[in-house]
Amino acid sequence: MKLLIEISYLLSSVLFIFGIKKLSSPKTARNGNFLAAVGMLIAIVATLLDQHVLTYEWILLGFIIGATVGTIMALKVPMTGMPQMVGLLNGFGGGASMLVAYSEYYKIINFPQFTHDYQTSITIVLSILIGAVTFTGSLIAFGKLQGLVTGKVVRYPLQHPLNALLLLSVFVGGTYFVLNPELQWLIISIGIISLILGVLLVLPIGGADMPVAISLLNSYSGLAASATGFVLQNNELIIAGALVGASGIILTNIMCKGMNRSLMNVVLGGWESAGSTSSSAVVTNQKGQVKSVDAEELAMLFDAAESIIIVPGYGMAVAQAQHAVRDLVNVLEARGKKVRFAIHPVAGRMPGHMNVLLAEAQIPYDKMLAMEDINDDFPNTDIAFVVGANDVVNPAARHDKNSPIYGMPILNVDYAKTVVINKRSLNVGYAGIDNELFFYPNALMYFGDAKEAITKLVHEIKNY
Amino acid sequence: MEGVGLLMLIYVFVLAIFVGFELITKVPPTLHTPLMSGSNAISGITIVGAILSAGLHEFTVSTILGLIAVIFATINVVGGFLVTDRMLKMFKKK
Repeated sequence: MKLLIEISYLLSSVLFIFGIKKLSSPKTARNGNFLAAVGMLIAIVATLLDQHVLTYEWILLGFIIGATVGTIMALKVPMTGMPQMVGLLNGFGGGASMLVAYSEYYKIINFPQFTHDYQTSITIVLSILIGAVTFTGSLIAFGKLQGLVTGKVVRYPLQHPLNALLLLSVFVGGTYFVLNPELQWLIISIGIISLILGVLLVLPIGGADMPVAISLLNSYSGLAASATGFVLQNNELIIAGALVGASGIILTNIMCKGMNRSLMNVVLGGWESAGSTSSSAVVTNQKGQVKSVDAEELAMLFDAAESIIIVPGYGMAVAQAQHAVRDLVNVLEARGKKVRFAIHPVAGRMPGHMNVLLAEAQIPYDKMLAMEDINDDFPNTDIAFVVGANDVVNPAARHDKNSPIYGMPILNVDYAKTVVINKRSLNVGYAGIDNELFFYPNALMYFGDAKEAITKLVHEIKNY
Repeated sequence: MEGVGLLMLIYVFVLAIFVGFELITKVPPTLHTPLMSGSNAISGITIVGAILSAGLHEFTVSTILGLIAVIFATINVVGGFLVTDRMLKMFKKK
């Protein structure tokens, strides 16, 4: 029986790997997700056959509650709420790892047949630390994205020394615990400190840095599973956790590159200027006039254009404007125009956020181009239409050495013949700086809520 | 002997990290959100440990912790795979 279980774990690990491999193309991705789910089912059934599993009622109860909650969450969440959803799921994974580590500890304490050694104690401490930080960190990330906790950069006194002290105390306490594993109060304290650490680490991270935070927490949730694998000496947990850990690290890296910032800079809390955003009144008075257009003029402009690139940003998600954007694409294509999307790696609140929203609005994925694939096309484009994006199209990133976003890769919308920017106001973006693009001679502002404004534009184009 | 056992686990961990890097770098940016939710569901593999904790013969504090862990991990697994499927269903070519 033991051999059968081990073989099942091996099969399950292979299915996970195949599943992720199939995610390399949108054609096979759904199938890949299914394979991974089958792998999970095999692992669960195999575990139920384990000789240590003697009572089933608690497991069954857990399955029923968990599956009900999970199903409701998965079916109810709107596509715009996907960052929160992933944040919350990360948290549950981390929480489970922490609880399993504690449960293992109490098994060792209460039952003579479970022996402990240094290895077990060390891995229990690590599992609790990573699991707890993932748990509370993800809950805070969820709260920020859901608007329950402030999305701003939060600073508190002695921020860095305090975090360093907490982490240090976990390591010192952990070492002491490994030498004296009978100290229950110690391992409980380590857990509590780790939970506090999770809150304090994510709290300072501002809204637009969330793609990094979510990716990083994703990575932690994988590492937490791996750590649990070390506690249980189970290869499958180690493999699956490592795959997820690697995934999160790669995404974190892509997000940091997309902002031209180091991971430390993001984790330690925000752009320098982000705390003191200037008001919109100050913005308008210097660099001359911005030109604004109404829907009718814009319809004329679109009618004359041949190629159009739409640049979506977080503002599109907030306004739920993806369906209006789809209608715009449809009327423009019906008039024989070439319409494509340029997507910046950090647009939105998580990696790939814009793509999911556009896919929801039934926009084919081959129209969504990554920054490096489309940036050279802007000079040959009649209209670049920016919907709710700001910092990722700010040309100051290219030339202004004093700008906090200097060096960040941007979409070269200003190279298009005309740039139309849909925005609610002239307010600054997340980085808290003016966008000189708005004052460029080829730039036109189209003010209004993205959904209403674009719906109006579609109407005007149809009537033109 | 015990040290060798730990080393074997570390071997597996390190090799799996490399496999992960190879696989994930091939995922296109357009699928990064489903990648996160899908890989997230996979990290729910902790459910294996949760089952072992909740299925003990004697009812102890380990069982209670195990039960909560099973709930958390099941939410993670079921919610993760379902929501990923929901998203991937939408990705269509013209």
